[in-house]
Amino acid sequence: MSFSDSPTLEVKDLKTYFFTKGGIARAVDGVSFSVGRGKVLGLVGESGSGKTVTGFSILGLVDEPGRIVSGEILYRGENLVSASMGRMRELRGLNISMIFQDPMMTLNPVLRIDTQMIEAIQAHEKISKDDARQRARDVLGQVGIASPDERLRAYPHQFSGGMRQRVAIAIALLNKPDLIVADEPTTALDVTIQGQILYEVQKLCSQTGTALIWITHDLSVVAGLADDICVMYAGRIVEQGSVNSVLDNPRHPYTHGLISSVPSRNRRGVPLAQIPGMAPSLLKLPKGCSFGPRCPQVTADCGIIPNISMLDKGRQLRCHNPLDALVSPKLKD
Amino acid sequence: MQSALVVVIMSFIVFSGVFLVGDPVEILVSDDADQEEREMMIKSMGLDKPFLVQYGIFISKAVRGDLGDSFVFQEPALLLILDRMPATMELAVVALLIAIIFGIPLGVWAGLKPESLASKSIMTGSILGFSLPTFWVGIMMILLFAVLLGWLPSTGRGDVQIILGMPISVFSWDGFSHVLMPAVNLALFKLSMVIRLARAGTREVMHQDYIKFARAKGLKESRIILVHVLKNILIPVVTVLGLEFGGLVAFSVVTETVFAWPGMGKLLIDSIGLLDRPIIVAYLMIIVFLFVFINLVVDICYSILDPRVRLEDIKS
Ligand SMILES: Nc1ncnc2c1ncn2[C@@H]1O[C@H](COP(=O)(O)OP(=O)(O)OP(=O)(O)O)[C@@H](O)[C@H]1O
Ligand SMILES: [Mg+2]
Repeated sequence: MSFSDSPTLEVKDLKTYFFTKGGIARAVDGVSFSVGRGKVLGLVGESGSGKTVTGFSILGLVDEPGRIVSGEILYRGENLVSASMGRMRELRGLNISMIFQDPMMTLNPVLRIDTQMIEAIQAHEKISKDDARQRARDVLGQVGIASPDERLRAYPHQFSGGMRQRVAIAIALLNKPDLIVADEPTTALDVTIQGQILYEVQKLCSQTGTALIWITHDLSVVAGLADDICVMYAGRIVEQGSVNSVLDNPRHPYTHGLISSVPSRNRRGVPLAQIPGMAPSLLKLPKGCSFGPRCPQVTADCGIIPNISMLDKGRQLRCHNPLDALVSPKLKD
Repeated sequence: MQSALVVVIMSFIVFSGVFLVGDPVEILVSDDADQEEREMMIKSMGLDKPFLVQYGIFISKAVRGDLGDSFVFQEPALLLILDRMPATMELAVVALLIAIIFGIPLGVWAGLKPESLASKSIMTGSILGFSLPTFWVGIMMILLFAVLLGWLPSTGRGDVQIILGMPISVFSWDGFSHVLMPAVNLALFKLSMVIRLARAGTREVMHQDYIKFARAKGLKESRIILVHVLKNILIPVVTVLGLEFGGLVAFSVVTETVFAWPGMGKLLIDSIGLLDRPIIVAYLMIIVFLFVFINLVVDICYSILDPRVRLEDIKS
């Protein structure tokens, strides 16, 4: 395998646990995936399934009482799990950047936007303040902020939630990183802006080869944007593969349930299917397959955690009783 | 507007309060004075008139900047106090600086590493600083550093130099050695307070998403602490400290007495002993003015530090 073929990021059997007073929360429990240059990986799953913790693990930003327990995170072949703090600091913001989930909380309320953007550039290269400001201005324009020059001198409280999210996205783009972890970056944005951001991000990926991990609840965004998809449930990836094959032909009952609960034009008038029950607490996971209690296909086998089975075309599945292709609804079109 | 009202109300409370405390004539008039001398004395001090008339005279003079003459020194009370003010201000400012310069780093440190031994000792120390009475600590300091070790002088102000028209002592070694002990003594309480505020602020800010986001940008830890954390915790620290500065000046009474520091606090204690009403009233009025003024300055600082507060809001 030549250097350029090797994936930008390869995560192998990652386990990130939180050692809380109530017990060990296995927020990420044996997750593996990879993203290649210029590719987009969609990471979907219900609230609490461990998507954000996966993202923080990649940047080495898991806080107490959490810790990466085992596994490898290979960024261009370099294992980040064993990297020093100094090395991680070099990589963060320059090679790997992240857009956080909550736009209202990600900007420091007492620092001006320009301060917060310029420092992100100057942390990684020797560049004059004026040049850095110029670049900050250009990127703000790219993400659709009108009159960026004025906006640079403003404070975060003078921005709406959607604008703050765009500033956070701009900050992530500033240094043209190789990998961006985007944690529900467009949830706070209206449809036109969302489209503009998606366009900019896709352009960046194809032009500069930036790899993207796009965390979301929204399957329709993933359908239009991602190359591959990972479906997470209670800390584990239950199904992954290329977007088309997974969405057209989901094999895991959970994936099937997620797709059926998305409104679609073709099924207008038909009541939306819902996954029964609630996502389990990580401290009280059911024995065996965590989805078992909510699963329509559950059998006695499901008392044991299913292994990952490899299907054709790189698809992976964690299920004892996978669905076959015929019952699957279509999301696309 | 509001401030002016506060001053007027306070003037009435202060004046009537002092009026009730005791009769200065008993102390000031010598025992062998006869009735006639007594009456003359009372008349000359204006004490023969009814309370409200006395208050009216006081107010009408006060608006012209005359707070009455001291019964004891026969000089304008205001001048006597203003004469002593630089010494007290110097003491308070040095104490404030000590509280800030040591309090913020110690508090931030304790906030960053709450489990470490060092930060636990800092917190224990701050509890002591809160609970030990100032006068007792002052006396212990004199015992230790002046009497036993002989490192520092125990009383007085030492050399003073005239700087910008004010006598200041910190700029000479002799003066500095005199100011050090009383200033530390006066600072202890505020120091403990700054440590606690800075620690609580740091712990809170460190858990905010924007600190994590700053890390995600690859900023150095030093920049995160010195810019992102510090700027946020300065808001509560400056507010509280600013408001407490008036308290620092007012509380210097105890420290000045213990260390025989020739400031206005000591003058106040002496005047209370002699029931020298004009000085007591003038002192309290000056303190009221000081508090009102400080409030204003703090509001302005606050709006500079916190962009969410605008100056227009304060003015209205
Ligand atoms: N600081 C923490 N202490 C203890 N447990 C935590 C902590 N942070 C996360 N967890 C656990 O990790 C689990 C996964 O959280 P995570 O934030 O990754 O979910 P998510 O998939 O991003 O959900 P959402 O869609 O709501 O953002 C949570 O259910 C929680 O139990
Ligand atoms: Mg999340």
